[in-house]
Amino acid sequence: MNEFQTRNIAVAAISVDSPAESKKLCDAKGYTFPFLSDPKADVIRQYGVLHPKGGPDGHDIARPAEFLVDSAGVIRWANLTDDFRVRARPADVLRAIDKL
Amino acid sequence: MAHKTGSLPEMRRSWNLPIWIGFTIVLVALVSYIPIFVKYAATRDVPWVNYLLFAVGLAVLGIGLRRAYRDPQHYVGKTSGTILGALAVLLAGLFALGTVYLTKQIPSAELALHNGQRAPAFNLQTADGKSVALADLLNNHRGAVLIFYRGYW
Repeated sequence: MNEFQTRNIAVAAISVDSPAESKKLCDAKGYTFPFLSDPKADVIRQYGVLHPKGGPDGHDIARPAEFLVDSAGVIRWANLTDDFRVRARPADVLRAIDKL
Repeated sequence: MAHKTGSLPEMRRSWNLPIWIGFTIVLVALVSYIPIFVKYAATRDVPWVNYLLFAVGLAVLGIGLRRAYRDPQHYVGKTSGTILGALAVLLAGLFALGTVYLTKQIPSAELALHNGQRAPAFNLQTADGKSVALADLLNNHRGAVLIFYRGYW
């Protein structure tokens, strides 16, 4: 997280989890950045990262994805893997940030 | 001194430990992935440690099974070994299926927004019930990283 702060980059996580569910996750893991709740997956759809019926109860959820948005609101880096177990490595994001 | 198999006293047959050890290793291979190896990208992306454990477990189990079939007078385990062996192969297969195929069953990356596109505005609630907009995140920052995740942890 410090790496993002020193680069003056905000971080936010978005999922269909309710604020209450996110709070449990945050408290458990000690995350300090905001966890945003998109229960109907509206924002998730707008970013093109919907995973229809991908949740345990057949709920629509997000597929894992990271986007770097610059101060003008333009996407400058998008990371999507083909496998939901594989996540972005921190070094990749930082490299993209340094290119802003 | 010549031995006639029929004249030997009833021998205690060996428990054939490799069958049980092998199966235990296979179980460890299966259950250790999520609590342990998922935490490190090096062992999560391609679960090579788990694949290795499966291979070792199956090999050890195979050794035990072979002994049971070749020398049933000295080693138990034809039945238990066969059942455990089949179960171990099934578990290994399921793990491989899960890690190689099932977790790739997500929508194509092509559908997502790309570089150069405008990030859609949003206004969502935080865990504490506050409202945060994309503009808020970008305000006074050089940029923002948005991390979309599955949820349902």
